[in-house]
Amino acid sequence: MKEFIRELRWTLRSKSHYIGVRINDFLERNHLRFFAHLPGWFKAIFFLLPAIVILGVFTFYPIFNSFLVSFYSGYNIVTGEFDGYTLIGNYVTVLSESGFRQAVLNTALIVFVSVPISIIVALFIAVAMNSIKPLKGFFQNMFFLPYVTNSIAIGLVFAFMFKGNTNDLFNLGLANQIVTWFGGTPVPWVGVGATYWSAMTVILIHGVWAGLAFKIIVFLSSIQGIDKQYYQAAQIDGASRNKQFRRITVPLISPMIFYILVTSIIGAFKTYSSIVAIINTSGIITTGANGQVNLKTIVFFIYEYLQETGRNGALSEAAAAAILLFLIIMVFTVIQLQVGKRRVHY
Amino acid sequence: MEIRLENLTKVFTDKTGKQTRAVDDLTVTIPSGKLVGLLGPSGCGKSTTLFMIAGLHQPTDGKIYFGEDDVTRLAPEKRGIGLVFQNYALYPHMTIRQNIMFPLENLNIKKKEADELVYEMAKLVGIEDQLDKKPSQLSGGQQQRVAIARALVKKPRVLLLDEPLSNLDARLRLQTREEIKRIQRETGITTIFVTHDQEEAMSISDQMVVLNFGVKQQMDAPQDMYNKPDNLFVAKFLGNPPINVIEGEVKKGKVQLLDGTVIGETKVADGSYIFGLRPEDFKVDDNGFNVDTTDIDHTGRDTMIRFMIGEKQLRALVDSESVEGKKTIKLAVKKNKIHIFDQETGNILS
Repeated sequence: MKEFIRELRWTLRSKSHYIGVRINDFLERNHLRFFAHLPGWFKAIFFLLPAIVILGVFTFYPIFNSFLVSFYSGYNIVTGEFDGYTLIGNYVTVLSESGFRQAVLNTALIVFVSVPISIIVALFIAVAMNSIKPLKGFFQNMFFLPYVTNSIAIGLVFAFMFKGNTNDLFNLGLANQIVTWFGGTPVPWVGVGATYWSAMTVILIHGVWAGLAFKIIVFLSSIQGIDKQYYQAAQIDGASRNKQFRRITVPLISPMIFYILVTSIIGAFKTYSSIVAIINTSGIITTGANGQVNLKTIVFFIYEYLQETGRNGALSEAAAAAILLFLIIMVFTVIQLQVGKRRVHY
Repeated sequence: MEIRLENLTKVFTDKTGKQTRAVDDLTVTIPSGKLVGLLGPSGCGKSTTLFMIAGLHQPTDGKIYFGEDDVTRLAPEKRGIGLVFQNYALYPHMTIRQNIMFPLENLNIKKKEADELVYEMAKLVGIEDQLDKKPSQLSGGQQQRVAIARALVKKPRVLLLDEPLSNLDARLRLQTREEIKRIQRETGITTIFVTHDQEEAMSISDQMVVLNFGVKQQMDAPQDMYNKPDNLFVAKFLGNPPINVIEGEVKKGKVQLLDGTVIGETKVADGSYIFGLRPEDFKVDDNGFNVDTTDIDHTGRDTMIRFMIGEKQLRALVDSESVEGKKTIKLAVKKNKIHIFDQETGNILS
């Protein structure tokens, strides 16, 4: 790895030198010699311009604008007119909606249950895969497949696996077939008559499984990067397999675990497409005559505001909800970075 | 603790099925409480032997005894050994204290007692004021001592050192090898130490084992081995500057080089042989052969003369005073200092 980085650095250095020479030639030919005498910061900005423009138009401006829009009242998407400004009005509207509170709860469940489980499972699979020799490549491919598969497709397969109910015994999904083998009655996991927890279980299982692929690959490669001598030393020091895992493997790959933790929590806060695929496009399951189960996530909730184009002010509320999500993610990321300073061994 | 290796063999098989005999039928007895050097060129199987004694490699054949116990199939942690790795293998995320304490944690020793043991060991190797640092904050020599302390803290029966000095600079190497010898004396622990540096092995070991291609060449005390090598390989491997190797013959008891120079007498039967002459075994002698002093190196007390015998360049180490201002001098070989080797087997004859 060290050699690779060194080589890369040398390649980059020689390449950048070559590019520098080419640029000077170009300036010389086109009588633009004066450009070479401009201050360094100016040249830097000049070369960064394409990236800055694209990021500005598609990232920075929208972020800034949604922040702005969240303070408009009565904003009309079509005409672009609005009645005036309100400091917290849109935020109050969003926060006072029971749908939003439910969405925060649903999202929090997905984040704090599926992310830790998926990290722990991925870690064990990575350790197991590191210690087997036969069929290693096969297992690596198997576990990496979810990563390259479309999330809607995966969600539909999940919906299919968990379909079926007591009334229709001939049309059971895989999960219910297993339930019936063990003598249980089929559970309406995500269909009509489902309960909150049965549907949430399916979403969590999906969240864990879909997140495994990338984590396993990252963990496996960082485990393979650990010097084998640490394990030999630990073996001679009398540390059990279990202890070697806890005291050597985990601390030595802690930067990677931390990186995965931060990115997966951010990713899980943004869960959306799996709900559409597993539950339905409304995010609500009808459970009986009047009862219903709400499984919308925050992003789902924001997206629904955007679809209410007929109503003035919906976009401002969507923006306010988005800013709230942004704040929630930021708070958790800052907390993690603080904890990480003490817990992660770089 | 006496260590006995009996017919120890290790065969590595690579992916293509090609077999390499890293250690071949090695039988050695390492006396209790001694510092023994395993010496040989790179790839001669010395580290493999050490790792087999440690239990990290499983021998293909043969037995390993610690005293009376057969430990061949015993797991490393049950053998009671301490091992210092070539690059120390200190746990980078733990402090020095935690590093040294790690073996004790696995023995369920009480915290207070463990703390005392750690301090005692740190003091023995002289790093007691560095205990709360991380390994990366220490110099190579200090890391080396931490590795020794970690290996010794659980009071092993045997201490194994794998090229312990190869990552240190020349000055520190000298200091550390004295340190290792001191620690070994103080603890009286049976120590096996692997190196490719003959000077290092000679200076520190009580006994040396020379290996080549996994085969034992000789085991002896350093000076005895230097004076009486069993074969040409050992003779060539030991000594700096290296021994002069030249072909020649014995005629009627006279040792004669290929250009006809007679350099001494021997009882070996007439025939063609390979002669080994140590540079320091030459002396200035009026009855000797003529040598030009055009190609010389002054190294202070001694002077190295390079001269040609036929097509072969030889080196001689003589007193600086005897060379000064002279264009040619007469050199002879000291009595009984000619090593005569068989041309085919390389074994010593005299």
